[in-house]
Amino acid sequence: MSKDQTNQCCCGGNNEQFAKLDEVLVKYEGVKGALIPVLQEAQNVYGYLSKDIITRIGEKLGIATSQIYGVATFYSQFHLKPRGRNIIRVCQGTACHVRGAKAILQALEDNLKISAGSTTPDLKFTLETVACIGACGLAPVLMINDDTHGRLTPEAIPGILAKYA
Amino acid sequence: MSQVTLSIDGNKVSVPSNITVLEAATKLAIHIPTLCYLSDLSPEGSCRVCVVEIKGARSLVTACTYPVSEGLEVSTNTPAVLEARRTVVEMLLANHPQECPTCQRSQTCELQSLAHELGIRNVRFTGEKRKYQLDDSNPFIIRDNSKCVLCGRCVRVCKEVQVCNVLEWTERGFTSKVTPTFDSTMKDSSCVFCGTCVSACPVGALTEKSLFGVGKPDKKVKTTCPFCGVGCNFDLNVKNGKVIGVTSNLEGPVNGRLLCVKGRFGTDYVHSPERLTVPLIKKNGNFVESTWDEALDIIAKKFSTIKNTYGSDALAAVSSARCVNEDNYLMQKFMRAVIGTNNIDHCARTCHSPTVAGLATSFGSGAMTNSINEIPDCKVMFIIGANPSEAHPVIGAKMRQALRKGAKLIVADPRKTEMAQKADIWLRLKPGTDVMLINGLMHIIIRNEWSNQKFIANCTTGFDKVKAVVEKYPPDLVEKITGVPAEQLYKAAKLYATSERSSIFYTLGITEHTCGTDNVMSLANLTMLTGHIGKPSTGVNPLRGQNNVQGSCDMGALPNVYPGYQQVSQPESKKKFEKAWNTILSDKPGLTLPDMFDAANRGDLKAMYIMGEDPVLSDADAHHIRSGLLNLDFLVVQNLFLTETAKLADIILPASSFAEKDGTFTNTERRIQRVRQAIAPIGKSRPDWQIIADLATRMGYSMHYDHPCQIMDEIAKLTPAYTGVNYDRIDATGLQWPVPEAGHPGTPYLHSGGNFTCGLGYFMAVEYEPPAEVPDEEFPFLLTTGRILYHYNVSTHKYSKRLSEHAPEERMMLNPEDAIKLDIKENDLVRISSRRGSVTAKAWLTDAVAPGIVWMSFHFSATPTNEVTNGAYDKVTKTYEYKVCAVQVKKA
Ligand code: SF4
Ligand code: SF4
Ligand code: SF4
Ligand code: FES
Ligand code: FES
Repeated sequence: MSKDQTNQCCCGGNNEQFAKLDEVLVKYEGVKGALIPVLQEAQNVYGYLSKDIITRIGEKLGIATSQIYGVATFYSQFHLKPRGRNIIRVCQGTACHVRGAKAILQALEDNLKISAGSTTPDLKFTLETVACIGACGLAPVLMINDDTHGRLTPEAIPGILAKYA
Repeated sequence: MSQVTLSIDGNKVSVPSNITVLEAATKLAIHIPTLCYLSDLSPEGSCRVCVVEIKGARSLVTACTYPVSEGLEVSTNTPAVLEARRTVVEMLLANHPQECPTCQRSQTCELQSLAHELGIRNVRFTGEKRKYQLDDSNPFIIRDNSKCVLCGRCVRVCKEVQVCNVLEWTERGFTSKVTPTFDSTMKDSSCVFCGTCVSACPVGALTEKSLFGVGKPDKKVKTTCPFCGVGCNFDLNVKNGKVIGVTSNLEGPVNGRLLCVKGRFGTDYVHSPERLTVPLIKKNGNFVESTWDEALDIIAKKFSTIKNTYGSDALAAVSSARCVNEDNYLMQKFMRAVIGTNNIDHCARTCHSPTVAGLATSFGSGAMTNSINEIPDCKVMFIIGANPSEAHPVIGAKMRQALRKGAKLIVADPRKTEMAQKADIWLRLKPGTDVMLINGLMHIIIRNEWSNQKFIANCTTGFDKVKAVVEKYPPDLVEKITGVPAEQLYKAAKLYATSERSSIFYTLGITEHTCGTDNVMSLANLTMLTGHIGKPSTGVNPLRGQNNVQGSCDMGALPNVYPGYQQVSQPESKKKFEKAWNTILSDKPGLTLPDMFDAANRGDLKAMYIMGEDPVLSDADAHHIRSGLLNLDFLVVQNLFLTETAKLADIILPASSFAEKDGTFTNTERRIQRVRQAIAPIGKSRPDWQIIADLATRMGYSMHYDHPCQIMDEIAKLTPAYTGVNYDRIDATGLQWPVPEAGHPGTPYLHSGGNFTCGLGYFMAVEYEPPAEVPDEEFPFLLTTGRILYHYNVSTHKYSKRLSEHAPEERMMLNPEDAIKLDIKENDLVRISSRRGSVTAKAWLTDAVAPGIVWMSFHFSATPTNEVTNGAYDKVTKTYEYKVCAVQVKKA
């Protein structure tokens, strides 16, 4: 890679951040089947895989960006958008469903003003749905990061969110 | 390959052991339905439409992936097989929008025909339909993902054939879909709109925008592309006597399903409202409509008068590399036999005459030595002064296919082109220093004993002189002049010289210099030094620009040679043609294109007949050309459009386009291919050959042909390399010259085994000379010119609506560092001035050009780049030095 090419990047991240990515890339130079570990490490550094990161990985590994994008969207472990500092997983499994999980989800969406699968603009929360987290006894249930909150009512939601704000 | 015997539906067949059950069935003419399979792609085996039963196997297998083996017993239509196929197709239908009546693919849709073939009445399943936004972002392709059946054909075509990797599988399960990276629209992706994926899509998910809302074609006519020298074949789709678009014809010998954006989407120029439809005569400064009789009679009289008053050499003609061979042949015959002069030339002068001159000197034949379809098998490709991804897109695709197969790539180019980015070694030389570079490479090769002594001794002559000259080009000197680090020179020399199959590719970056012929001979030296010539995928390959520039040269639309490069000054050839044409000919070589304009400016030339070209826009130093044309007594222009040159004419004759006539083009790999009439001539326009024959007859020299095939028969009689050519023989796949006798199969690569056309190959010692004009204090930038993918020379920009919509205006490439110094931002209007003239264009900041260099195309009449370029020309062939001149750049 010539110098002028490295200067050319118009990435959101600052140069120091890209230095970390380059470290990862150097580590995997010439290694076969390196794409997935590279994506994982890149996501560890940046929290998500931006267009610029994918483009740069493609250039350095000599893999078409279309292929990287295909892989990144295939595995649910990869995120293409920035994620919130707090990840809310609200259960929509059968047990929770019969005990009013829909209303809980609705309350979350109303409070955060986002729909499931997205992140608040201030990057505080990401809201995701899951099917059964194995705490059916406490239904309806949600998890924020590693904390489980059970026996929920829509009215309880603002208070729970406030603890993480 | 060993053979195995298997039985399919009880029929025994012996086949090579490396094929699939599906391919074996094809040999028995047993039909197995398919969906994700395409014969020119790697099989994916994902749709399961092609399932068959194999005796002893536990479950049904996919015929498109299952290898044959000895004793295999295959059944293709048992109830279980049919039921499985039906289920697959019904599931697809269950997810598919029920929009057949309005779908553009209706009737040619493969999903529909599968449903018919399998006798599906109603669909037993109900399924969720996918609903995606329609991608209507560009003028060429409509992408309707809701109709996609996820066969993956487009993905594989884009990856394996076009090798652009734009489309890919994304997501998974029910939401999986095929999209460009980041789920962007095609416009925002790296797609180059070759449309090859459209040709592969079985359903209405990818369709040609041009073919939307125009109905089904009445007929499809296979013909040859009128744009570049690759010579792709395609089907013109015709409805109600109009060309409505283009679709791939898989039988195209060069390209198969591949085309580029110009060929597939640019032929709308045929029906441009600006086409000339009647002869026009200038009266009191204005053009008035006239009839063929009136116009041709005036021309016949004027030409005769001028000939009788000032002599035959007071007339000159410009023929055209865009016109068919038959037009070119008749044009030179007209000038030689009827007018009596050799003053005939054409735009090959502005590009590849150095190729003809240089390679003819070295090898005895001035053409691409190898075939386009040998490219994917190259081991090393050395591209110098060429940008095939844009100028010869289908050759670019073949090169990417080679890279996919592991070929190594060396690129010598001042610009960071697509190929430069993909190169293993990119030699970023300063413009105009090619001879320095090549001599430097030869120096390294000789010193390291990588040369092919046996080849030099047996097949060539003159090596010692070259050796003595390149002795003077040591790496440190070459590094200083070319700017390429010595270490890179060493690597490139080694890679090129020591590989098994190395091919050189070049275009105008080599020829459009004052030392163009030298450059070409240098490359010839390099191939002989290493013995890299005379074998498949091994040689030196000028990629010729215009569709028929090879043919127009072959036809003798040149001032010094008759058809087949037979010298006018040689008494035997003169006698041969005098006998054939039944007249007395001149043995004095005629004027070249630049000489013609000099002679016109001096007043020595009185009349010109310009067919199919626009020298005012396309030739260097436009002022000089315009003043020359204005100085003539009489100017006839024959063209499709009212070009800048036509505006200066006394009479304009409306010619028919390639879609309106029969004929032949000879592509860059010497393949003579048919052009076929698809529609009637527009308005009162006529094919060029008819106009010329009519004019000749009016001047008292009877030229009568019922059909262009009779002209070809005459060409074959007089042109040794075309002897075995006739319309019947070239009908299906064309023939590559030389075709020295009737029945000869043609010649895919030249100089087989080092037997050069001229016997021994000539080493010609060449010394480096700097370009005629180099940057100085007053004009500090080096301007170099070229073309872009979306346009073709000086014709498409105005007349193809679709191409213009996509690429509407000139942009000048400028390095961002220079931009900062000049305080120029992206899209700022800048003024580019040379000692000759000045133009304006928008700035395009990119490190594709090195600091100190700017680059422009020459496609746009609003930005006539050639007002600025240099009229200096190659000392041997007088090809203008378009590639290098000194300019100033300022914010406008
Ligand atoms: S048009 Fe060509 S480059 Fe674009 S996606 Fe289709 S095949 Fe690929
Ligand atoms: S767009 Fe067409 S070719 Fe591509 S996967 Fe879908 S149906 Fe197949
Ligand atoms: S590559 Fe050349 S010949 Fe082929 S479609 Fe494009 S312009 Fe026409
Ligand atoms: S269904 Fe919600 S935790 Fe099991
Ligand atoms: S055609 Fe064989 S699996 Fe699709």
